[in-house]
Amino acid sequence: MRPLFTALLLCLLLPATSAQAGKVTVAVAANFTAPMQAIADAFTEDTGHQLTPAFGSTGQLYAQISHGAPFDVFLAADASTPAKLEAEGRTVTGSRFTYATGALALWSAQTGLVDAKGAVLHSDRFQHLAIANPKTAPYGLAALQVMQGMQLSDSLAPRLVEGQSIGQTYQFVASGNAELGFVALSQIYRNGELSSGSAWQIPTALHDPIRQDAVLLQRGANNPAARALLAYLQGERAKTIIRTFGYQL
Amino acid sequence: MPLSAADFAAIWLTLQLAGLTTALLLLIGTPLAWWLARTRSRLKAPIGALVAMPLVLPPTVIGFYLLVAMGPQGPVGALTQSLGLGTLPFTFSGLVVGSLVYSLPFVVQPIQNAFEAMGDRPLEVAATLRAGPFDRFVHVALPLARPGLITASVLGFAHTLGEFGVVLMIGGNIPDKTRVVSVQIFNHVEAMEYAQAHWLAGGMLVFSFVILLTLQSRGRSRMFN
Repeated sequence: MRPLFTALLLCLLLPATSAQAGKVTVAVAANFTAPMQAIADAFTEDTGHQLTPAFGSTGQLYAQISHGAPFDVFLAADASTPAKLEAEGRTVTGSRFTYATGALALWSAQTGLVDAKGAVLHSDRFQHLAIANPKTAPYGLAALQVMQGMQLSDSLAPRLVEGQSIGQTYQFVASGNAELGFVALSQIYRNGELSSGSAWQIPTALHDPIRQDAVLLQRGANNPAARALLAYLQGERAKTIIRTFGYQL
Repeated sequence: MPLSAADFAAIWLTLQLAGLTTALLLLIGTPLAWWLARTRSRLKAPIGALVAMPLVLPPTVIGFYLLVAMGPQGPVGALTQSLGLGTLPFTFSGLVVGSLVYSLPFVVQPIQNAFEAMGDRPLEVAATLRAGPFDRFVHVALPLARPGLITASVLGFAHTLGEFGVVLMIGGNIPDKTRVVSVQIFNHVEAMEYAQAHWLAGGMLVFSFVILLTLQSRGRSRMFN
């Protein structure tokens, strides 16, 4: 029994002692899930550091960070939340920068439902239009601005359903429960083309730019892996990955 | 009190959901509990396990499968659409269906326990007095199972009040239809409106405590009599 126990204990300790490279824990806005996974692989390959992402809505991650969640780096879906954390003294001053500018799309899992100009929004060919909660998710706010700009916010209001994050909004549309939804282009875009269904890539002039800022949090101030990640995000390989998911830079 | 009209709408909606769910569950759960308590069928164990599943499954699992099953491509969705009812997610009816699944064991198990605890004797005595099966159920079994029925109602109601994961997955946060108190608390926290979140969350805390306290003290007085 005792040798077995010792062996088990050793197994538990091994990964901790053998990890020469650094570790970084990143809070990532839900819309950046797919590119983050690609970047995490490339980052580990190029630098040897391990990256652990935690995904959520920006508001949710903010609440966690301000209550001491163990994150080194925060990749938000907006510019105001990292700025707010900076004002509260929870970040390393001067570390904030825009890592991507998000694009919004009107998407349906059905082919042929969404046209290239979004005229379907004027029709009654759908019962539910999914958006992310505009109070907490920047993509939801942008969706609201698009509807207001098209003077459709009143007529569409009874058909709106809200996801708590852009990830859940995508799920409502992908499962067909909402025929239409405003999602992040990054969720439906792979290698420069639409991966399924039909979509209208919304001109950026129809809403405020979705500037997504990254920031080094206080907890990561002395973590070399965290600083390496922030530098890596501004490098060419990461930028190429980010672009293939439909973000602008 | 910093509660808004939207908060009160959420409270009212939650009470309606919990009330309706409890009433329906008593109707469905009582015969089911009776069958589970009396049957010698081989199906007893699998059905009993199915009923208990929501006790151990994460609400997200229930919510996710309900979303898929009730969607236009799912079996339940196909059924409701062929009946001309449309699909259930994002509707109050959808939440009721979700709550029925989610709170089922909380209603069935106390009633089943009550039926099992009374044993065969009262029913056999009633049978010798020429009471038919229905008569025995209504006039003997149900009155004897009254404490179990009360516990079931209270637990079903309280558990539905606290439902969050399922509603989040199938609700869509629509005012007056699917935005219940637990979701509204989540919204307030996410939007950093902590004062309103406190009022609602504190209210839930006190209300749940009072409900369970009532249940506990009822149990105690019965024990001493």
